[in-house]
Amino acid sequence: MAEKKSVFSVFFNGLIKENPTFRLLLGMCPSLAVTTMAKNGLGMGAAATFVLVCSNLVISLIRKIVPDKVRIPAYITVIAAFTTIVQLLLAALLPELNKQLGIYIPLIVVNCIIFARAEMFAQKNGPVASIMDGLGMGLGFTIAITVIGSVREILGAGTWMGIPVTVNLFDPATIFILPPGGFMVMGFLVAAFNKIFSDKKADKKADTKAACAAGCPGCSKAMHGGEA
Amino acid sequence: MENSLLVSSSPHIRSGATTQKLMLDVIIALIPATLAGIWFFGVNAAILVAATTLSCVLFEYLARKALKRSNTIGDLSAVVTGLLLGLNLPPAIPVWMAIVGSFFAIFIVKQLFGGIGQNFLNPALAARAMLLVAYGSKMTLWTKPLTSAFNNADAVSYATPLGVLKEGGDLPSLIDMFLGNRGGSIGETSALAILIGGIYLLARGVISWHIPVFYTGTVAIFAWMAGPNGLFTGDMLFHILAGSLLLGAFFMATDYTTCPMTQKGMIIYAIGCGLLTMIFRLYTNMPEGVSYAILLMNVATPLIDRYTMPKRFGGAANV
Repeated sequence: MAEKKSVFSVFFNGLIKENPTFRLLLGMCPSLAVTTMAKNGLGMGAAATFVLVCSNLVISLIRKIVPDKVRIPAYITVIAAFTTIVQLLLAALLPELNKQLGIYIPLIVVNCIIFARAEMFAQKNGPVASIMDGLGMGLGFTIAITVIGSVREILGAGTWMGIPVTVNLFDPATIFILPPGGFMVMGFLVAAFNKIFSDKKADKKADTKAACAAGCPGCSKAMHGGEA
Repeated sequence: MENSLLVSSSPHIRSGATTQKLMLDVIIALIPATLAGIWFFGVNAAILVAATTLSCVLFEYLARKALKRSNTIGDLSAVVTGLLLGLNLPPAIPVWMAIVGSFFAIFIVKQLFGGIGQNFLNPALAARAMLLVAYGSKMTLWTKPLTSAFNNADAVSYATPLGVLKEGGDLPSLIDMFLGNRGGSIGETSALAILIGGIYLLARGVISWHIPVFYTGTVAIFAWMAGPNGLFTGDMLFHILAGSLLLGAFFMATDYTTCPMTQKGMIIYAIGCGLLTMIFRLYTNMPEGVSYAILLMNVATPLIDRYTMPKRFGGAANV
């Protein structure tokens, strides 16, 4: 287990250093599928953040009483409960957004960001740190997919948040709101993000650790211990 | 240095061929088709082809510079990509759209994957497919040949032969289709001009006959078998002359980087292209499928290469 970190470093960790979308490449399915519009990205990010914070908190609270062997089913149950809450809330309060996001709201249950944080963070840390981790990761995810959604919406439909912005500048290229455009925008943003924020020394250290550790448990430890 | 490393299966003979010489041959072979396109579609076509060629070379230079790699515009491959892209565009699209296509072809498809010899798709075709998805309405606006297409306002919508087949109307005569007096992309209409260029390439040994022959042959047999009035009633010549089949078979399916290395591989690849082309033409809602067929077989090329790798003499039975 890594050394104790301040709650703020835990929070900012999710924004840049371990940004779930641009650095960890987790949750690719919603990141590519719902980001045809900036608004959808924002809505999806907010919903996932809510589930992430709540499930992190509960999982952190029950981490000592859940037997190791059944922890995954236990986590799924917790996450599914909060996802159901989000889904019902959205259906009641924002039916329009709910319709746009469609199947991707129920699919938050199997969103790997939430699973990864439960496994890598909440089950090893106290409730306050877990909430901060959930907030940071959720915000990182929200910002990332809102940016992807903005780029795709502006280039592909000529609007941003539904407001026309490029009327006389250029013809929107429909490809950007279709799947191939999603992959391209994603790739370029990941590349740009890594170019801007990469800390070469830390990367090297994390790489060697990840390379020598065997399998997924080793990887997650390396990711976690790399910056300690 | 990297220009002299052409990979093919053994045995090898030292031939003085360089990338630059081969590309120059391809450019020479494309001249008849380019001139025919300009003859039939006017000044606008000339501007488009010039724009894609120049912008491809420019993007090649800038991309290599930005990625801190050696300058490769001297190998002329960007000129070929630009020419082919221009010849694959409809005559009435705006110039800036063609330049977006050049950027996609050179920067994204070619240079991001490592430059010449590394791209897994034909850059010109990938750019055409991208433009078709991005700007569907402009990319399917065909113009009537031999009208004064000096500006876009004059351009009247005019169906391509394959479009007529899908939506009904009068088909052009086979002679018109052979000479190029039909709707279509700038460089695809004149079968005569493409054949002249193709024969030049074959005579110079730049391409082998396998891909063009098996590709058009598969299309012909498929067209003949799956005719409109039952088995063996189809019009072979129509399907060979229509669309961009000949341009694709001679100039784009034969791209060294994206077609298989062995003869057996090339034959499998060409038959695959032919089958896919005809499936797209006859059984989907798209009028033409040459570009998608070639792109799909480009993706299958590593697999074909793997299964058609020649055995070493005296080597093991199973690889």
